[in-house]
Amino acid sequence: MQMHSLSFDVSHTLAGGLVLISFMMLYQDRLYSLLNVFALHALVLTLSVAWQAYVQNAPHLYITAAIALVFKAIVIPVALHRIVKQLGIHRDIESAVGIGPTMLAGMALVALSMVLMLRVTAEADPLAREDLAFALSVVLLGLLVMVTRRNAVSQVVGFMSLENGLVLAATGAKGMPLVVEISVAFSILIAFIVIGIFLFRIRERFDSVDVSALDDYRGEHR
Amino acid sequence: MSVASFDSIAAVLLIPIGSAALLAVLPGYRLTARLNVVASLATFLAALSLFVVDRPEPGPYVLVDDLNIVFIVLNTFVGFTTSIFSASYIAHELETGRLTPVYLRFYHAMYQTMMFGMNLAFVSNNIGLMWVAVEIATLTTVLMVGIYRTHAALEAAWKYFILGSVGIAFALFGTILVYMAARPIVGEGQDGMVWTILIQHAANFDPALLNVAFIFLFLGYGTKVGLAPLHAWLPDAHAEGPTPISAVLSGLLLNVALYALLRFKILLAANPAAIAPGPLMATIGLISVIFAAFMLYRRRDIKRLFAYSSIEHMGIIVFAFGMGGPLANFAGLLHMVMHSLTKSAIFYAVGHISQIKGTQRISRIRGLTVTHPALGWGLIVGVVAIAGLPPLGIFMSEFLVVSSTFARAPLLAIALVFGLLLAFGALTLRLTSIAFGEPRGSTASAQASYVPMFAHLSLVLIAGIYLPAPFVAWFQHVARLLG
Repeated sequence: MQMHSLSFDVSHTLAGGLVLISFMMLYQDRLYSLLNVFALHALVLTLSVAWQAYVQNAPHLYITAAIALVFKAIVIPVALHRIVKQLGIHRDIESAVGIGPTMLAGMALVALSMVLMLRVTAEADPLAREDLAFALSVVLLGLLVMVTRRNAVSQVVGFMSLENGLVLAATGAKGMPLVVEISVAFSILIAFIVIGIFLFRIRERFDSVDVSALDDYRGEHR
Repeated sequence: MSVASFDSIAAVLLIPIGSAALLAVLPGYRLTARLNVVASLATFLAALSLFVVDRPEPGPYVLVDDLNIVFIVLNTFVGFTTSIFSASYIAHELETGRLTPVYLRFYHAMYQTMMFGMNLAFVSNNIGLMWVAVEIATLTTVLMVGIYRTHAALEAAWKYFILGSVGIAFALFGTILVYMAARPIVGEGQDGMVWTILIQHAANFDPALLNVAFIFLFLGYGTKVGLAPLHAWLPDAHAEGPTPISAVLSGLLLNVALYALLRFKILLAANPAAIAPGPLMATIGLISVIFAAFMLYRRRDIKRLFAYSSIEHMGIIVFAFGMGGPLANFAGLLHMVMHSLTKSAIFYAVGHISQIKGTQRISRIRGLTVTHPALGWGLIVGVVAIAGLPPLGIFMSEFLVVSSTFARAPLLAIALVFGLLLAFGALTLRLTSIAFGEPRGSTASAQASYVPMFAHLSLVLIAGIYLPAPFVAWFQHVARLLG
């Protein structure tokens, strides 16, 4: 059984670990712990990307891994920690949906992505197809985090975990041009700048970063 | 000669990005607004020169073909006229203090960066690069929607950003899947993302993988086209940002996402075993038309009204391309051009009107033809055009969409006509109250630039009466390319 080689097992474990950590994000009810779990998420992504770089003998992927480590596992969580502290919103996260239904929805999404991707990619090589299935799970779970949270900071965290899923998919696709990896990293950078500006402005105008506080100002209700 | 053509493409990209850098540092309203106009004009001229110079061989990054020239020229033209409108609009915003000089610099730099992103998306031959370009264009508009920093503007920008990000994610995932599908055939590395290489080999790709890829791409780019279940960002973004941005959002950015969709539609159509993308596009398009038509009745805000009208028209265009075939594709292309011109002209009028009246509420704007004849009648012509009345250009393209559909699927055509009539009713209802009746609100004279608005409207009128033969031949050729 050549496919159950060490390299396969390790990438499988790391990708599966990402899905598991995405699940952990779903039930964090404090912003600090959510940020810690996200840092862990980014760390596992780093390991996964580095492992792919080693297995595929693709040194440029180490850059992607380094970006994931420095930027997503360290810089962003630290910065968001400070923002949370400055804004004084380290209390409970207001989630729009309870933990029970959220977890069930998460399981359904993972099942969906497994069924979809494994069936569709029957002819691709096994590493790529399972990687894609895991990646889609991470993307959908990130989406779920964004949907079930109202707080702007936790929506941002959800978005970044979603991006992690995309990086997992891009590195799993063997030989994908560097253009895309850089662009992913770049988009995260830009996205973060954008978000930072927004948080700053929301902070400037309101005393909370609770996006639902903005809902009343829709033009139709004036 | 290939040097000259390379220069045209380089100019289309470098002029906007260079002037963006310049506008970011230059002070003063007069200078920067003029520079913005000049840069946009230069980009437009460079785009026009693409018609005459020899085209380069499609490289790994850049491609010029008959399809994207149409988009580039339309894009740079509306970008140019909007920059003229923007100059007079922004002058008023500075006077009233809604924009400070710092934000003005930011605004102009972002405007040119957005033009750069859109042009890059059109000329890119690499699906990864195209994705990046669409993202640049989207992010710059997010920033501009939030530029007034009011509650409503921030909420609109945030919503646009969140929904746009989900679109970003899905589109990238779809792009990765296309690469995965191409890899066994085309080989690893660069080639797996070059559109012209992909299209040559598309027939051999794994159809199942390609199907899933298209679903993700459709969801992702469809969010940006503003198709019905994913449209939530669009009305807010149109209503809360500066009006020049509403004009380019409706007139241009939606087209960029549409262009990306069309490229992938052609790719999928080249694989006989993959699902036909047509029915999916036609269904979603039709849903968007009917949904938006109903929503038009409940609008109280004039910019939101026309934002929903944009959803309706993007629905018509996507429907036409979904039906496919030379005639429907021709109609879709024509409708896209007419809609861009008309909708941006309407927003030019609406921008000045809401500045004069100091409000965007429809109930507070009345009797415009009495107090501001030029603006009032301009708006009337625009709305008559957008509602699809003869003899203007949109009537012709809508007529072509409906008649080509009637020949093949009468039931769909009836549903489409139902949507069109509904929208027509809503727009006339609102128009009569805005344009006629007892004047209400401020009657201050407008310091407006009417040239862009009437230029667009007369183009639409001319197109409705007489389409030049070379123009028709070109569009027919492009329509055949679209399959």
